[in-house]
Amino acid sequence: MGLALVLALIVAPEDADQGISQRIFYIHVPIALTAYFCFGLGAVKALLLLWRGDERYDLESYVAIHQGTIFGALTLITGSIWARASWGVWWTWSSNQLVLFLVLFLFYCAYFMLRFSLEDGPRRARSSAVYALFGVALIPVSFLAIRLAEDFIHPTVFTRDGPQMSGTMFATFVVSWAAVTLLAYVLYRVELAGKRLDADLRELREALQ
Amino acid sequence: MSWSQEELVAAAYAVVFVFVLVYVAIIAAKLVRLQRETAELVELARRKSSADA
Amino acid sequence: MTYFADVAALTRKDLRVELRGRDTLPAMLLFVLSTLVVFHFALPEGSGDTAAYGLLWVAIVFTALLGLARAWVPEQEHRVLDGLVLAPCDRSAIWVGKTLATLVFLLAAQAVALPAFVLFFEPLDAPALAGVLLADLGICAVGSLMSAMAAASRAREVLLPLLVLPLAIPLIVGGVGAAVSAEPERFLLFLLLYDAVFAVLSWASFEYVVTE
Repeated sequence: MGLALVLALIVAPEDADQGISQRIFYIHVPIALTAYFCFGLGAVKALLLLWRGDERYDLESYVAIHQGTIFGALTLITGSIWARASWGVWWTWSSNQLVLFLVLFLFYCAYFMLRFSLEDGPRRARSSAVYALFGVALIPVSFLAIRLAEDFIHPTVFTRDGPQMSGTMFATFVVSWAAVTLLAYVLYRVELAGKRLDADLRELREALQ
Repeated sequence: MSWSQEELVAAAYAVVFVFVLVYVAIIAAKLVRLQRETAELVELARRKSSADA
Repeated sequence: MTYFADVAALTRKDLRVELRGRDTLPAMLLFVLSTLVVFHFALPEGSGDTAAYGLLWVAIVFTALLGLARAWVPEQEHRVLDGLVLAPCDRSAIWVGKTLATLVFLLAAQAVALPAFVLFFEPLDAPALAGVLLADLGICAVGSLMSAMAAASRAREVLLPLLVLPLAIPLIVGGVGAAVSAEPERFLLFLLLYDAVFAVLSWASFEYVVTE
């Protein structure tokens, strides 16, 4: 990640339009993409749980969504900072990505509420899995909805320029993305191992007492 | 409360960095707790096996 | 054809329970009317005619939530759900039956609410009504499933709105858009897409939510 940081801040040429705030792009977008990926992974594990019935998938799905939600929150925060840098406001409804992430963030926070209010067991695992699947279905549908809503919600004053990147910029982006993905993966494995250990120890304790 | 562009860029990266730090701290605390629990259970197991023997 | 027979039987059962008990539908009716009146006072002067459509949709969603919260209560009170699950019918038929019954309640409440809205606020044209119909389908489909999920939990009254509202956001966009926009077809098509995707998803996954 250190390499990515150096590249992003020093090596990449300054973007002509936005100046230094362009550099936020290198960390904001990878985090957003990683969040999507985590939600997708959570849904895949959820599908596997429902299909194969192996209970291990429940924890994996949960941890993936947990990471996704954290990265989603980070997306919102970095996105807000970028909005402030680009347009001078901390929040705007016309940034489709920000709004989409807000909706998803709410959706997945409700996921945790669901899990915490159900008793542990196959019922909870299955309900969580179904909800996770609804989540990924919601992503494109919400995106469409937000696009459609532009019509009558607010006039689109702000536009975000797409990634027309020069070679060095693109390379920097790729490195950043790889770094963030690696980070997410490491955190995922660590979190999963921690939770499994917790469960195993609890089982051990019960067996010994 | 107007921020310069450089400050904001630094803030964005700082947020992520702080998050990673906090996460590591949480994991470290969890590890300590798990170690303690494992030690307790090892003690329990030893006592049990010496009681059975 | 037994699948449809099962669904019809289940729906009829729900409607009959409601007709005898009369606790959900009058509440929904009263709620939606009161909400509309509240909106009149909540909208500041000159906030534009179109704001009323937005509020109509808020009223619809929350009225639907009211109906959905009570959707599975008859089953829970008499432990009927376990019996239904054991019955030799496809479990997804239970979901279809429940969705249809809830839809009927919602439509019945809207039969009063929509004329009231036209009276108090703004006219509603054909695309707007089509939007209401399509969105009703979506809310009932998704809501029945979420309500069944929440029914197993300790905090079910609080949980249901949390689960349904993010999913309802696209429906609100579709509904308001159909009423307000100059090109309502796009929004109606979008609602159709939502209904197709989420109805299928709910239908397919109901079984997993309800079995132990």
